[in-house]
Amino acid sequence: MTDFLQLLLSGVATGAIYAMAALGFTLLWQAAGTINFAQGEFVMLPAFAMLIGLSFGLPLWAAFLVAVVLSVAVLGAVFKRWIVDPMRGSGVVAVVVATLGLSIGLKSVVKAGYSAEPHPFPSVFGEEVFKLAGVTVSYADVGALLFAGLMVLGLQTFLNKTVTGRAMQAVAQNTFSAEALGINVKRMIFYTFAINAILVAVTALLITPTYLAKFDMGDNIGLKAFFAAIIGGFNNSRGALLGGVIVGVLENLAGAYLTPAYKDGVALLLFLVVILLKPDGLLGTPQERKV
Amino acid sequence: MMSKQHLAFLALALAALLAAPAFLKTYGLYLLTLWLVYVIAALGLNLTVGYAGLKSLCHAGFMGVGAYTVAIMMKAGFSFWLASPLAILLCFVLGLLIGFPALRVQLHYLGFATLGFNLLLVLFFRNEEWLTGGTFGIQNIKRPELFGFAFDGNAPFFYFVLLITVVAGVALALLLRSPWGRAFAALRDNPIRAESTGVNITAYTLMSFAIGAAYAGIAGALFAPLVNFIEPAPFGIANSLLFLMMVVVGGSGRFYGPVLGAAIALLLPEYLRFLKDWYLAVFGFAAVAMMIWLPGGLLSMRETWLLAKSKRDAKRQATPSGAEAA
Repeated sequence: MTDFLQLLLSGVATGAIYAMAALGFTLLWQAAGTINFAQGEFVMLPAFAMLIGLSFGLPLWAAFLVAVVLSVAVLGAVFKRWIVDPMRGSGVVAVVVATLGLSIGLKSVVKAGYSAEPHPFPSVFGEEVFKLAGVTVSYADVGALLFAGLMVLGLQTFLNKTVTGRAMQAVAQNTFSAEALGINVKRMIFYTFAINAILVAVTALLITPTYLAKFDMGDNIGLKAFFAAIIGGFNNSRGALLGGVIVGVLENLAGAYLTPAYKDGVALLLFLVVILLKPDGLLGTPQERKV
Repeated sequence: MMSKQHLAFLALALAALLAAPAFLKTYGLYLLTLWLVYVIAALGLNLTVGYAGLKSLCHAGFMGVGAYTVAIMMKAGFSFWLASPLAILLCFVLGLLIGFPALRVQLHYLGFATLGFNLLLVLFFRNEEWLTGGTFGIQNIKRPELFGFAFDGNAPFFYFVLLITVVAGVALALLLRSPWGRAFAALRDNPIRAESTGVNITAYTLMSFAIGAAYAGIAGALFAPLVNFIEPAPFGIANSLLFLMMVVVGGSGRFYGPVLGAAIALLLPEYLRFLKDWYLAVFGFAAVAMMIWLPGGLLSMRETWLLAKSKRDAKRQATPSGAEAA
């Protein structure tokens, strides 16, 4: 039983981290129609930015702040301005291919320019553990859970309660009406990209201690984020959180009780089952097709 | 029908390929054979991506299924001629199984489903040591033989692969000319309209994906005896992305797009060895740039240029007074 609780807790913590990457992914899709196949690499880059910061002797928090700023500038502004904007009107397919190309390019740059080896990465919350009712709990798991939970809930509040947040939702739902109502659509879309950039930087901070910093770490994270987003419901922000937690918990349990070898396949199976039974995801609402 | 120019070009290309073994050393010939193998796989992916408009990110995985099936069966004493059709069939069936749930929902769900499936396949190749040899792989895979004649040497095997490539290419060309091929293009260009004219979208998209997977199976079945040794690495996600880039860079939906794309992805790096890992970086970013400026791929250059020119001309004609004033 204690084993089970331990697995459950660490699964929820990992899941909450997936949820952040998934949430950014969903936001981009809703607001800008961009399916970002490089989302995993968007997590990998801040991890290496922090690693470089650490090697210059910066403390972790300072390296993290630098990484967030760089992330908003490069993965937010430059990505939007130079890659997504010029492709407006060329359709989803072109964006998919471009982000896939970006994914190859970014991985190869890190592999060729920095290192092909995995690098250890310090945890913000330290390595210690404590006992709670017989269950061994690590500060890293609790910290990740709290941090990720706060991020997701804070974002929800921002999107639902503030004028800017509601304007962003309006843009996501119907760009034309939003523009007619006087909302600055371009700025709202930029905010979405910036939020995604912050989310991936936080994801990197929390997940890299377990995944290790490696040029291809994004393959796995990106994939889990897609699956979490779709399992939860692609057009619902809370869905990303639910999907992330389900994926995190189930793959942890499957890894412990069934087979550790196929742990990474759990998300795919869940995804296939969910889209067979409920194509719009667990919390998603059916979408109508546009002709 | 094919134009005279087209026929002459094909004949010339074929003659060059037939003569190639006389001029190439072992490694050059190996590379050329490998290119043909990649061309077969990329032709299949082009059917899925270019003609049916689906994103499939598991092509290297399917190639792995083909390669492992052939290698395992030949190790168990079965003939290549039994193993390879089975390998192709297996890829086709796997394509149907993975494509069905995804394609019921949205076309780009297939991208995610196939990406995850490729990950699962690599895990399988790596973990099931009793069957696949795990990370050590399978060694000493023999080349096929027919009626006592073994395609043992590099040149005979090259000719064998060339023959298969031509047959696979012709089969694909015929398929694309058939009503089936037209239906593929119709559902890429406007799925809803295609459906309203009676094309069963799900069935056709699924079929185009499964046929593409089967082509990867053919490539895999040839890959195993070509390199003699297989392990999980070449069948990972990275190479699946590379396959997609081959099709897109060459020109998706153009018959010779993948032929050019495979050459750029495989042959060019050999001459740009000094770039090493940077080559892939350049390749990836080039694909991004291409999607922005030349979404139709390299083979669409002429049309894109003509289109831009006619647009400019139309603009000039539309505003004659403005032109005079300037």
